[in-house]
Amino acid sequence: MAQIELKQVEKLFGEKYAVKPMDLTINNGEFVCLLGPSGCGKTTTLRMISGLETASGGTILLDGENVTWHHPSDRDIAFVFQLYALYPHMTVRDNIAFPLQAEGMNKDDIDTRVSEVVDILRIGHMLKYKPGKLSGGDQQRVALARALVRRPKAFLMDEPLGALDAELRETMRAEIKALHIAQNATTVYVTHDQVEAMALSDRIVVMSAAEVQQVGTPAEVYYDPANLFVAGFIGSPGMNVLKGQLDGDVVRFLGNNNTLPLPARYRIPLLTTLDADKNVIVGFRPEAGTINADGSMQGEVYAVDMHGAYKLLHVNLGDVPDTHEPTIVHLRTDRMASNPMGSQLRFTVDPAMMRFFDPKSGKAILPSQTDQTDRQPVEVLSTTAEGQA
Amino acid sequence: MSDFYEVGPAEPVVISTRVDKVSPKARREHNVRAAIVIAIAMFCLLPIFVMSMTAFKTRSDAVSAPPKLLFKPTLEGFVFLFTERALVPPARAQELLASDTTDLSLFERVALSSGQEITGPSDYVGRLKNSLIIAGVSTIFSVVLGFFAAYAFSRFDVPGKDDLMFFILSTRMLPAVVVTIPLFLMYRQFGLHDTYQGMILLYTVFNLSLAVWLLKGFIDEIPLEYEEAALVDGYSRIQAIFKIVLPQAMTGIAATVVFSLIFAWNEYAFALMLTSDKARTAPPTIATMLGRGGIEWSAIAAGSLGFLIPVAIVVFLLRDYLLRGVTFGAVRR
Repeated sequence: MAQIELKQVEKLFGEKYAVKPMDLTINNGEFVCLLGPSGCGKTTTLRMISGLETASGGTILLDGENVTWHHPSDRDIAFVFQLYALYPHMTVRDNIAFPLQAEGMNKDDIDTRVSEVVDILRIGHMLKYKPGKLSGGDQQRVALARALVRRPKAFLMDEPLGALDAELRETMRAEIKALHIAQNATTVYVTHDQVEAMALSDRIVVMSAAEVQQVGTPAEVYYDPANLFVAGFIGSPGMNVLKGQLDGDVVRFLGNNNTLPLPARYRIPLLTTLDADKNVIVGFRPEAGTINADGSMQGEVYAVDMHGAYKLLHVNLGDVPDTHEPTIVHLRTDRMASNPMGSQLRFTVDPAMMRFFDPKSGKAILPSQTDQTDRQPVEVLSTTAEGQA
Repeated sequence: MSDFYEVGPAEPVVISTRVDKVSPKARREHNVRAAIVIAIAMFCLLPIFVMSMTAFKTRSDAVSAPPKLLFKPTLEGFVFLFTERALVPPARAQELLASDTTDLSLFERVALSSGQEITGPSDYVGRLKNSLIIAGVSTIFSVVLGFFAAYAFSRFDVPGKDDLMFFILSTRMLPAVVVTIPLFLMYRQFGLHDTYQGMILLYTVFNLSLAVWLLKGFIDEIPLEYEEAALVDGYSRIQAIFKIVLPQAMTGIAATVVFSLIFAWNEYAFALMLTSDKARTAPPTIATMLGRGGIEWSAIAAGSLGFLIPVAIVVFLLRDYLLRGVTFGAVRR
């Protein structure tokens, strides 16, 4: 197992950046997801680590060794492809044994190693088949087996569940997680599915427009997005963001008469960061809002989505004066609550869940570290039994 | 268990090895389809059927009009094809026929019955051998070179790729007749006239454009991920080509082999101009049989029949790959 380090690694296609210079350290045994919309450079980053794509600049270190210019076969890294890439002319067994044959391992050892991984992934009954006969989930299990069998330094997975249907994806997600916990192998996982990233990773690297937007634990990227992109991208729907203006102890929103009280720990950072016009962007998650007749926020119900366990309200705070576009915020309410479309409601926002962004740069404004009032409890997310102990 | 045996299947069964299980409608449709396929096959095979018949006819039967369907088969055609003969004076022929003919070989007896005596073997077998060597070797060269060129064009950023591909295709654009005379002069100069090397070189170059284009299409169809998987699995690129790309390109390779072989095998114009004896191939040889003292149709038919066999064998051996080529792309991979 290994540590992967990227130092100022970049990729240019012609004049265009596919990946802008990025630094990233993936620790031994860590599960890191590269998450972002398609075309954001996450797959290119993964392929640079594997050596399938050469980096245009920077260095890639594997366990401290510079492998930037090493051939993929010399890096001792396993790659799992979205469309499995199982060799169609070979049986499942031959597919799994293929990487071992490259090492020139003798037949008995190959048999032992193959039967080991076959037991782990429970695919013993399909060894004689050609991959084309297997279902998508089984093909991906075989692909995982082919990666596992080599005991590589690290696993790279490029949307391995992207081609599976929803139900199977969930099963396989749990399997990958169990596998990671059992093997404790350094894994880099590319996905555009934030649910997958949240469920699997120790840390998430959010990428967009060829740039790393934020690196953090799932809780960090969800609760403390580093910028407006992450705020909108993570969560479904994303964080509500509203343009407002700082006015003493409250934030006044543009185009309507709504205000929100300013949490104390943000006062000094906001005053020091904001321009003279005091414009600021406020963000809060749908679950941070609570319907309350005395709330400082007021709006009209624009639409109601039933999600089974809860309802999601689309609330129009008032039309934007110039464009007459509604200003929509999303609120999560009890599934039994009745808020018919067109009705008026008032709500409050949990001050611990309020976040502030600089309208110029889009970056988050961090609260004062000394003022702990209204601070949300720190959430410890651990995936392993040992971690919870 | 269902009550299948009493009631029968719920839905009409379309295909089964058991005739009684297949619905009559499906069986009728199947029969109609089979009849159509057989009719088309018969129509296509008609020339070969006529050729095979002619090969076993006597000289007079071969030219009779309307063509005889019932005739007494003879080996005359084959004797004429494989031997050089001289006329025997009629008196001597009578004498030989009257005497015991058992010490004569079958061929000699057949020749004698038409008043001829075998003076030696013809050059047909040698020419067929020339054809085999030249067509075979040039096919191997063009497919091997074409495969690597096609791989490079398919996988690498070759500068000016499209222009190069068009240039390769353009080598095929001039008709053979146009280029034979300059080629003839060049070959004379370089001592390639009437040599195996010269003919192999020529056919290889001529087939290469076809091979590159055909194989590039097939290699383009093979997803890049397979090779990438092999690369991260610890193989070099050249190993990945042999272990992964080659087995999957087999349909394309089989098709290219057949196309190249058929071209080199049937080629007539270049062979006629650029060879005279040592490296002369079968097609001009068979054609020149037309000229010698009356047309020996049965000998020509016999020669064509022999000429057909090697290509038929190759296609037969490659039939599985070729059939898979027909359904290529029809299956989601």
